[in-house]
Amino acid sequence: MIRVVDPGPQTTVQDGGRRGQMRYGIPPSGPVDARSFALANRLVGNADGAAALEFTLVGPRFRAEAPCAIAVTGADSPVTVNDAPAASWTTLELAAGDAVKIGPVRAGVRGYVAFAGGVDVPPVLGSRSTYLRGRVGGLEGRALRRDDVLRLGAAPRARRRAVPASAIPGWRDTPVLRVVLGPQADRFTDEGIAAFLGGVYEVLPQSDRMGARLHGPRIAHARGHDIISDGIALGAVQVPGDGQPIVLLVDRQSTGGYTKIATVCSFDIPRVGQVKPGQRVRFTAVDVAEAQRLSRVASADIANVELQEIAS
Amino acid sequence: MRFLPAGDLALSVELGDDISVDVNTRVRALEFLIDQKALPGVVETVPTYRALLVYYDPAVIGYEPLCASLATLVEQASATAMPPAREVELPCCYGGELGPDLEAAARRLDLGVDELVRLHASAEYLVYFIGFTPGLPYMTGAPPQLTIPRLDTPRVKVPASSVAIGGIQCCVYSVESPGGFWLLGRTPLRLYDPGLAEPILLRPGDRVRFRAVERPEFDDIAARVAAGASRPVIR
Repeated sequence: MIRVVDPGPQTTVQDGGRRGQMRYGIPPSGPVDARSFALANRLVGNADGAAALEFTLVGPRFRAEAPCAIAVTGADSPVTVNDAPAASWTTLELAAGDAVKIGPVRAGVRGYVAFAGGVDVPPVLGSRSTYLRGRVGGLEGRALRRDDVLRLGAAPRARRRAVPASAIPGWRDTPVLRVVLGPQADRFTDEGIAAFLGGVYEVLPQSDRMGARLHGPRIAHARGHDIISDGIALGAVQVPGDGQPIVLLVDRQSTGGYTKIATVCSFDIPRVGQVKPGQRVRFTAVDVAEAQRLSRVASADIANVELQEIAS
Repeated sequence: MRFLPAGDLALSVELGDDISVDVNTRVRALEFLIDQKALPGVVETVPTYRALLVYYDPAVIGYEPLCASLATLVEQASATAMPPAREVELPCCYGGELGPDLEAAARRLDLGVDELVRLHASAEYLVYFIGFTPGLPYMTGAPPQLTIPRLDTPRVKVPASSVAIGGIQCCVYSVESPGGFWLLGRTPLRLYDPGLAEPILLRPGDRVRFRAVERPEFDDIAARVAAGASRPVIR
């Protein structure tokens, strides 16, 4: 059992996400940075999609009420156990009464805390993920609060392991996000598409789990910015009338009526979720076949991350 | 018919260029056939007015082969392929604090308030799709006299369960959200109730009618809904 001492600005329970509900207007939710999330779970011996915590910009403080193994990954944040510095991207064994504090991020945006056995909240519509706007999933459909108690699933004792340094992202670069143009690239002028692919876009503070709002060179429409409302895929780059792009993420609206110039490839979504407001991104276009080849490579890369055993 | 890529995990099938019952029926029929045949690799689908967004697993099926399979299904996608539509009755208390735009809408449409209510409550509405917020139905079916431009200034907060019109459309707001439609009334039912095993009341393809109720009946039904003791009339 885990007792929350200070949840931080927005900490929620997430799992692999909710399937099959977008036709009813309910987005998948789940972690924005699914790669860091999966690695946190693997470090504590869980399946990649087990329920864990996602925090935003500042991590939570909590106390272990019983011995358990945890791991912190994602954004680069200072971790302490009983005020002594502890490693992230590493299995940590907690004793009953241990106090964990995860501080403000130094780089990146979203961090993950996985617990051996997973966070035991009831699945809603097939998932434990919290969808805050819909007040559904996780702990009573809301973010964590002080004094919340998280039950954990049963788990065998986790081996102590670490993600090798080569597999830990730094989050400080300007990422080049790969996109597939469309579904509505034909609604933009050639100059508009050139501006989008040639420009540098700054991430705005209004960004959240619904979408990353960007500011940069204006993307010109060829004939109006409204379309007959249609479905919005993960990573869709929506461009409303002001010509500034929004990359739609895991808590996105299921449908919408603005033109979508391109779609960020699934394997680059984790990176979008870690770009801090004020940092910048660029875009580059690939075709569908190339995107799907890169997707297989990215999946294999995650599957092949070899966790290093730590002598205890 | 057009296939458009939506990244590496989804594609959009467009079956027309307009908002029409015919095109939307084919979209829903295509979704139904994909479900029924359990098309390999398809993960999830989202129907809208004239397009179906298909999420798929490229490790199971690639873009081109999936487009080919879908093209075959599109040929069979018609109303006859689907089970009959459900009919759902939504009680609605028109006007007053629950429908603050009723009188202004009547003036704008050059109708009496009673006439507007009668016209709105006598029509049958088709749910084209559910979107924007959990459980919100996009519907048409109102008589042409009820076609009205959207509000000049959208509201920042519209109460959940508000029954509203805008353009040729009718909608029921499912959660408190911003909105630009004229609020005619409110239903005591919840279109989205995260506490229920089936949180979403309406489905694409449903046929909806509004039954005008007075405030006491509205309050009575609302109290029973809150207690979990009221079920909507669905045939």
